[in-house]
Formats: sequence, C-alpha cells, structure tokens
Amino acid sequence: MTTTRWLAAFAAVVVALVVQVSLFPHLAWNGIVPNLCLLVVVAAALTVEAPFALVLGFAAGLTLDLAPPADHIAGRWALALTIAAFLAARVRQDVRPTALAVVGTVAAASFVATSLFALSGVLLSDPAMSVAGLLEVVLVALVWDVLLTPFVLPPLMKLFSRLSPQWATQ
Amino acid sequence: MGSLGGHDGRERRWRGLDGLESRNRPPRSLLVALLLASVTLITLDVSGGGSSPLEPARRVVGEAFGPAESAAAAAVRPFTTVPAWFRSKGDLADEVRDLEASNAELRGKVELAGFDRNRLEQYDGLTTAAEDLGSALVPARVVALGSRQSQSFTVTIDAGAEAGVGPDMTVVNNDGLVGRVLRVTRSTATVLLIIDPDSTVGGRVGSSMEIGFVNGSGSLDQDASLDLRLVDDASVPARDDTVVTWGSTTGPYAPGVPIGTITEVYSSLREASQRAVVKPFVDFSALDVVGVMVPSGAESDRAIVEADGSLR
Repeated sequence: MTTTRWLAAFAAVVVALVVQVSLFPHLAWNGIVPNLCLLVVVAAALTVEAPFALVLGFAAGLTLDLAPPADHIAGRWALALTIAAFLAARVRQDVRPTALAVVGTVAAASFVATSLFALSGVLLSDPAMSVAGLLEVVLVALVWDVLLTPFVLPPLMKLFSRLSPQWATQ
Repeated sequence: MGSLGGHDGRERRWRGLDGLESRNRPPRSLLVALLLASVTLITLDVSGGGSSPLEPARRVVGEAFGPAESAAAAAVRPFTTVPAWFRSKGDLADEVRDLEASNAELRGKVELAGFDRNRLEQYDGLTTAAEDLGSALVPARVVALGSRQSQSFTVTIDAGAEAGVGPDMTVVNNDGLVGRVLRVTRSTATVLLIIDPDSTVGGRVGSSMEIGFVNGSGSLDQDASLDLRLVDDASVPARDDTVVTWGSTTGPYAPGVPIGTITEVYSSLREASQRAVVKPFVDFSALDVVGVMVPSGAESDRAIVEADGSLR
C-alpha cells in the first residue's frame, strides 16, 4: 500500500511539474504561474500522515529545484515546501476538512512557501530582486494557487485517502 | 505547544491519552532532518559554484523531464493560437496600418543602407581575411518556462547534445539575442534569458562603437528589461541607438547580434557613470522558435540553417 501511495504521489508531482512549466506559462500573469507541486504537497498533508507529507514536500521541492528550466541554487524549494508541508500537516483535523479550511491551508502554505523561497534568495543574494517585485510575486502566486484549489485539491485528496484507508479522513 | 520541548516522558504520556491527536503532530526530528538536508544542498550548490556537485543530479533529472516537457509543449501548442481566433477586423486593420508604417520606415533605411554595407564589407574583408566567422543555427522551440516564483528567467528548448548544442552557445531568434545555453541534456537544453538579473552581456552601442555591459533587470516589462552601463564614463549613449553584442567567438555570446534599442539615459551621480535603459528586440513573453548558434558544419540530428541561409 505504501509503495502504491509513493508511486501515486510521485506521479502527481511529475504531472504537476510538467503542466506547471509547459502549459501554464501560456496563461501566466507576468510570468507568475500557479505552484501545482505545492498543491500536491498540501493535498497529501491534509489527507495522510505527517511524515509522508513532509518527505513528499522535500521530494517535490527537490524536483522543482533540479528539473529544467530551473537554474536557482538547489535546495531552496525543498526547504520551502518541507516547511509548507509541516504547517499544512499541523492544521489538519481528524474530521474531514471543510472547503474553507482547505482553501485557507492552501493560501497559508502558498504564502509561506513563496515567501520562504524569496527570502532564501535575498539571503543568498541569488538574484537580487526588489521588495515590491517580491510582494507582487507572493500575492499573485497566492491568488493563482487559491483559484486552482477547487479543481486540483478534491481529486488529489480523494486519491490519497483511498490509498491510505487507515489514515483516511472521512 | 509548550509541551513540545523538554520533559520527554511526561509529554509521551500526554500524547498517549489522545491517540488521534498524536498522529496529527508532525515529527520534529524528521522536519529537522529534512531542513538540514535542504540547507546542506544549498551549501553544496553555493560553494560548488560553476562545477557544483549537483550538476550531475540536474542532468539526470533533466534527461527524465526533458522529453516529458517536450511532449507536453507539443500537446499544448495547437491551443496557444486560440486567442488569435477572437481578434476582430478592427484589430487586424490596426495591425496592417502599423506594419505598413514600419515597412515604409524600414524601406527608407534599406535604401540608405547599400552604401554603408558596401563600405562595411570592405572593412570586414580586410580584418577577418579568410577566417570564417559564419556560424550555423540549430532551430529549436521553447518547451518550458521557469516561473517568476523561482526568480530566474530561464527556458527549456527542445534541442540538446544530440542536436549539436553545448553549454555557453548563443541563442537568438529572428528579432535578436535571446540568451545563452547553461546546460544540456540529450534532447533538451536550459537557456538563461538576457533579462535574468544574473545575466551580463557585453554590449556595443551601434553608432559610437562604445562598449559596455548589458544586465537583465529581472522584469518582463518589455520597455525596461535591460540596463546598459558603458565602460567609458565620459561617453553618453544616444536614445534610439542600437545595442549589439561585442563578445568573442570563443566566449558565450557571438559578436554582432542585435540586443535592443536605448530608450532612456540616466546619469548616475553616485557612480559617475551613464546608465541606459535598453528595450530588447525580442519579446520574451512570447518566445517560441529560437536558433542556437553552432559552429558551421557541426553534426546535428536535425536540419540546421547554415550561415548563407541554406538548409543542411
């Protein structure tokens, strides 16, 4: 069961990443696209046990760091998505999360992950970016992620909870 | 929250009372381990610089994702023209008028260019002697774009090592300079666009031949995406002047590729130098077909465009 779940999660991350870099740039607002990998991680964190979600966050972040056309310092998305997964796993309730809770979690995770990535860039002075530019990126990314939540999160959460009945939130 | 540090035994008992609660609690040790792993990766990549130990990992992941990105881009491509179907006759009429105007302007320039070109050819013939500066173009399409969240302006193109593409090659399209190749896999290559804040291109102002450096400003805004700083502080670049690359044939950027036009000039009192804003010729928000400059006669898995315009 665990292997199936890992395979499903990994496939979800791969599909999310490819769609994110190949399809969404055509719809992007000023080059800002929805972070689908983050949505996969949040869906896992809301549905299955926390260690799985944490490791998935790290793996998805690492994939974002290494897959072309990424050229920033590797490990930055891994750090950001691990912390996002940690936060999302904390707010999980043992009842099925309401739609509002899911949207709120996605918004918080998106804000935290994009900000952390931007801050790590400032610390490492990877590319120097203005604060106004960073704020624009963080806020537009948050709106994108929330907009896509109703389409992406329900099927993913259903998938994850079906693959792990012992942790399923009914 | 207060019970998370210290008093291990008591905390375990407290958790034990509420089994449901405990499984919500993400393990701190795992979090710390993963965060340390991330920081280690960052440190490795930062200290590695150009020959980072993560380059092989990037290459392996690139080999896996490259074909997937190419396939996805090919599947999406037919739908990218959909917005064009909804353009009205008015839009098209406006476009025809603009194109006619620019066509007339260009024709005027071309009529004057004959004399200049003849003179230039003579000089070129003298200086380059029999050396062949011609390079061939490997055609490629953009299959993936980096997001603004990742803060770098990079794209993936669907030509790689098998097509004869290698690191540090110049990438152009029919408007001008696009960027340079950072790394290649078998079937794809990652290209750093010149609008990336990390990108620096040696530029030469067309009319005065003054040299300087063109930096990306990290903005997709077409009018303000490049900054030019001249090496000679005394010379003032003129507005509407064209900037071309001055790179060498061995360096990352081939010489003489048009970059953009100067739209504004500022003099910075603090640094006592001239800063000019350059509008690139290339529209980076709508990149599609590009060409990678390879040495003439290079081996490739596809037809390449030779210097004289023939297809081989």
